[in-house]
Amino acid sequence: MAVISEGATLQSSSRPQAIEPSLAEVSDFIALMKPRVMSLVVFTGFVGLMVAPGTLHPVLAGAALLCIAVGAGAAGALNMWYDADIDAVMGRTRQRPIPAGRMQPGEALAFGLTLAFGAVAVLGLVAGWLPAALLAFTIFFYAVIYTMWLKRWTAQNIVIGGAAGAFPPVIGWAAVTNDVGLAPILLFLIVFFWTPPHFWALSLRRADEYRRAGIPMLPVVAGATETKRQILAHALLLAPVGVSPYLLGYAGLMYGLVAAVGGVIIVALALRLKWAAADLAAHVAAKRLFSFSILYLFCLFAALLVDHWLGRPLSLSLG
Amino acid sequence: MGEADSENTDGIVLSAEQKRRQRTRSIAIALALGALVLLFYIVTVVKVGPGILTRPL
Repeated sequence: MAVISEGATLQSSSRPQAIEPSLAEVSDFIALMKPRVMSLVVFTGFVGLMVAPGTLHPVLAGAALLCIAVGAGAAGALNMWYDADIDAVMGRTRQRPIPAGRMQPGEALAFGLTLAFGAVAVLGLVAGWLPAALLAFTIFFYAVIYTMWLKRWTAQNIVIGGAAGAFPPVIGWAAVTNDVGLAPILLFLIVFFWTPPHFWALSLRRADEYRRAGIPMLPVVAGATETKRQILAHALLLAPVGVSPYLLGYAGLMYGLVAAVGGVIIVALALRLKWAAADLAAHVAAKRLFSFSILYLFCLFAALLVDHWLGRPLSLSLG
Repeated sequence: MGEADSENTDGIVLSAEQKRRQRTRSIAIALALGALVLLFYIVTVVKVGPGILTRPL
């Protein structure tokens, strides 16, 4: 609890009080949208769009994807607005536009809200109100449930908050079908179970920074040993979930092989991290797991796409 | 006018760098709005389809 109250003090003390002329560059507004996170969102959303049964005009599909990307950017901007106090004390985020003093918090808030409402409204008009509602919920979940509540309150912040990052393939799917079935839920579960080992592998290496910022990340609250145990537990859940689209007949053998091999590697890397005794070995193992987790998710969704193009679309097995 | 201008020293006066960045932001907003107009136009044509010119008023 002391950790959380420390975070609250940081929040109240580091926010600029006076309004000054903006020094923000266009690149600062782009940085506000977290382009690296956005690239993952766009890719998984694109795969959801492509593998869904039915067709959407390429122009409408492109517009829907743009809305998903902008919605993700809005969530990122709102996150940076609220987390400016945390960002200011962490080396990884200190140079973000608000803590670096180039942008006023109000600018980021206005930018995020404008993008959020714009993306949801345009997606509703372009592809339907179910995907728009899902996008609105995703932005709300990330900006309010995760950023404002879970992140500063519980060590399970990443586990529950990971749902926000798992929605884009479902939104992409719903943009085509205006429906949500089992197949997009499997895509959701893959990203959902992927997030904890991915993010905890990063936070293990940044535990001191999270401690200083007062964020109750698992390595800060429960220690490295428990974090490694939970990384392994989630990797063991992720591996079968990753293969499930093949096992349930929603994807072909090529996807099944990629998911099976990737699942074995990610469990092996989690085991190596758990057994790493020395600090340096654990640091290297955590870095390897973090890097591979990105490759794993990319390969899984790319395999789904290739599977679809090879003539084994998910729609065939939905019958 | 000149007297009024010279008395108006309490307002915010932008530095050259702030003016440059403000101008860059304004250009970016203009480009984004132009892109949106184009996007809405194309999306409307695609959604309405071939009968776009034969719709009842």
